[in-house]
Amino acid sequence: MQTVIFRTAAPYLASLMVMFSVFVLLRGHNEPGGGFIGGLIAASAFAIYGIACGVTPVRRALYFHPMAIAGFGLFLSTVAGLASLAMGVPFLTGLWTEVHLLGVTLDLSTVLFFDFGVYFVVVGAITSIALALEEREED
Amino acid sequence: MADASQSVTFLALILPFLAAAIAPALTRILKHNAAWVLALAPLFLFVHFFGYLGDVAAGRAVTGGYAWIPSLGVDFSWFIDGLSLTFALLISGIGTLIVLYAGGYLKGHEQQGRFFSFILMFMGAMQGLVLSDSFMTLFVFWELTSITSFLLIGFDHSREASRRAALQALVVTGLGGLSLLAGLLVIWAATGEGTLSGLLSSGDALRAAPFYLLALVLVLGGAFTKSAQFPFHFWLPNAMEAPTPVSAYLHSATMVKAGVYLLMRLNPVLGDTVWWETILPIFGGTTLLVGTLLAIRQTDLKLMLAYTTVASLGLLVMLTGLGSEIAIEAAVLYLVAHSLFKGALFMVAGLIDHEAGTRDVRWLGGLRSAMPITFAAALLAALSMGGLPPFFGFLAKEEIYAALDFSGGWNALFTAVAIIGNALMLVIGFAVALKPFLGAAVETPKHAHEGPVLLWLGPLTLAIVGCVAAIFSGVTHHYVSEPMAAAVAGAPVEIYISVVPHASLALLLSIVTIALGIAIFLMLDRARDAMAAVLAAIGWGPDRGFDQAIRGLIRLANAVTGVIQNGRMEVYMTVTFVMIAVAIWAPMLMFGELPAMPTFPRMTFYEWTVFAIAAIGLGAVAYAADRLTAIVSLGIQGFAVALLFLLFGAPDLAFTQFMVETLSVVILALVMTRLRLYPSDHRPTAEKMVDVGIAGACGIGFAVLLLKVTQIPFDSTLSDFFSTYSYVIAHGRNIVNVIIVDFRGLDTLGEIAVVMITGLAILALIRIRLPRSTDVTEAKS
Repeated sequence: MQTVIFRTAAPYLASLMVMFSVFVLLRGHNEPGGGFIGGLIAASAFAIYGIACGVTPVRRALYFHPMAIAGFGLFLSTVAGLASLAMGVPFLTGLWTEVHLLGVTLDLSTVLFFDFGVYFVVVGAITSIALALEEREED
Repeated sequence: MADASQSVTFLALILPFLAAAIAPALTRILKHNAAWVLALAPLFLFVHFFGYLGDVAAGRAVTGGYAWIPSLGVDFSWFIDGLSLTFALLISGIGTLIVLYAGGYLKGHEQQGRFFSFILMFMGAMQGLVLSDSFMTLFVFWELTSITSFLLIGFDHSREASRRAALQALVVTGLGGLSLLAGLLVIWAATGEGTLSGLLSSGDALRAAPFYLLALVLVLGGAFTKSAQFPFHFWLPNAMEAPTPVSAYLHSATMVKAGVYLLMRLNPVLGDTVWWETILPIFGGTTLLVGTLLAIRQTDLKLMLAYTTVASLGLLVMLTGLGSEIAIEAAVLYLVAHSLFKGALFMVAGLIDHEAGTRDVRWLGGLRSAMPITFAAALLAALSMGGLPPFFGFLAKEEIYAALDFSGGWNALFTAVAIIGNALMLVIGFAVALKPFLGAAVETPKHAHEGPVLLWLGPLTLAIVGCVAAIFSGVTHHYVSEPMAAAVAGAPVEIYISVVPHASLALLLSIVTIALGIAIFLMLDRARDAMAAVLAAIGWGPDRGFDQAIRGLIRLANAVTGVIQNGRMEVYMTVTFVMIAVAIWAPMLMFGELPAMPTFPRMTFYEWTVFAIAAIGLGAVAYAADRLTAIVSLGIQGFAVALLFLLFGAPDLAFTQFMVETLSVVILALVMTRLRLYPSDHRPTAEKMVDVGIAGACGIGFAVLLLKVTQIPFDSTLSDFFSTYSYVIAHGRNIVNVIIVDFRGLDTLGEIAVVMITGLAILALIRIRLPRSTDVTEAKS
């Protein structure tokens, strides 16, 4: 896929998609969205970027190995679940707190971090598969 | 006070494992002298359990424990009566000496720390085994002894023989362990008792239960494999591949007695039946004879001792099976005597090997002046093994003969077996203890001299204990033999036997045994040749049978794998989809649950449009000229379905469907281009039609199933619950997401773990296939 238009547009498209994926992830609790869908969007973004510009720039942009991102996600979800044990309630019980920031009230919770973990696992696992498959196109 | 004692006992149970954890680091710092520190752990155990002697001798069993898995009624609990206490003292006492001995024996060995760690772990497991009250802890510790034994036998893992012996021991005792587990579960189910103490107080419940015989056979399966009863005896001599401290500790003094322990422990509830009193003496007697006869054949000191261990275990099983009070006393005395003298003799054998460089009895002689202390220890132990006064072995042998009823029939046979067995045991004892030391000095591979204190301390202590315990037999009986025999018999007993010989039939039989033994000893070489000739004539044994069984198993596994995993993708896919079709259709057809024909819904024009798009996509898939077009067309159909989700009010689902479709098209296309298949499908129409049939069955089946599901009255309990509480208790208005991350969070955690593992597996597959696929292209071009 070496068309000039695609190659020029892909980085912008990908960054837009990643931003959108974060938006979808954050709104997930009250509106359609969430970690799983957000992760799929971000993974598509990286896959498209990889098809357009080759795998090396994607890997450089990601900085971490995608599998490491997935591993971090699983770790984050587990820790978010374990946090409830410290409060003496069963594993994975959501803990909520309200934060007042710049006049806005934010509901923060361990559930949110659990969802972040889901997001990272999906992004990491699927991106690493897609990138590995794209890489072989070059050999 | 009781609580303090309880925590100390718990500490004692886990202390060997703690010591095992620090052993490697400690050995790196202190080298072989770490043994002095590490031996403190078993010594502490010994002292702690020694403190229970008074209580237990007075008939008070000590129990305690903690809840482990309360939901299953499983506790981590212990039960200390005469039987377990004697075992605990033997394990910790001999264990202390063995750790010291190993310090000298493996001095300078690179892996000495690891060895200490293994042997301490084994000690903890064995300790736990004999002290366990609940069945589950008993089983866990039982298997742990098998596993640590495996590690110890295979300690010298660079040698093929060690690896084979380790594996063999693990397979045989592991299978026995499973049999034991089944047996314990049967007992649990039959009597409702999950603890030994509970079972022992249940009286005749087990004997009267309909599953008595099943429970007995399963428990015997565990006990006989562990205690190396014929025909499962072969793993024990092979286990002599282990370093000598292991042979002395596991394979003579402690672990192999676990089976005997189990039989003795269960004697009050399983014993005293025709089955018990037939099976045990026959297997035990056969093992006794086979063991001693095979021992004559050997020239390696350790192997000679190993086969007499097999024989001794047979004797113990036989005595336990006879079941009379005096037979149990004899078994108890012999068990203690055997642990003392056999442990000592093994250590002597290792000491000779260590100092003289060989343990082949034909190349040894005249070591008495070079190794006087070793000789003393060997002599004392051998006299005990031969059953001469004033040693503990003598008490045991007198009691054995007193236990055998000589009144014809089976009993006369057992008496004859016992006499031959004991005489041959005396022969081997003397051959091991006297041959290397007496006679003219023989040139040995190493210049022999007395070993260091670490090496001779163990055998000498054990040999002397065997003598002192016999001389003060009154005290020994009161604190050790009687409580232990009482626990085995299930009723109080009194033991009077002492080292002073008194005229009786038993004494006469003893004299016959000793005379017979000395006679055979004098013509040992000829006896050995004769046995070798007989064995060569037979030419097959359980050891070879084991290899044949394992080879057969591997061939079977290969054959089965060849059929199921034939490596052809088409076959896997066909089987998978046929199974899906069967799973969908079979229940509906069998139970007549086909859905009623639905009324045709009224749809708007844009809904029709979406349907049309999906249908066009499908048609394009079927008529696509090449695979890439087909994949993209499949995507069209997927997007149409996503639009339908959106139209019918499932935005989350639609959202996910869009993304999944996009990614599947991208990834499928990437995979297809990489697979280097022909661009299109060239198979004959008939083959294609089969696939069309399977695909149709799956697709239509699914549609029919969904129709049926919508026609069944909908139970809205769950949806009501979720929509009511989603915001109230989970602070979220998007029910789907709240379910994913909160209500069913554990499911999601499992799912993302699966995603992660699948990703890793696919990554590995892509990497593995890389070189092979390039080969294919080269071959094609």
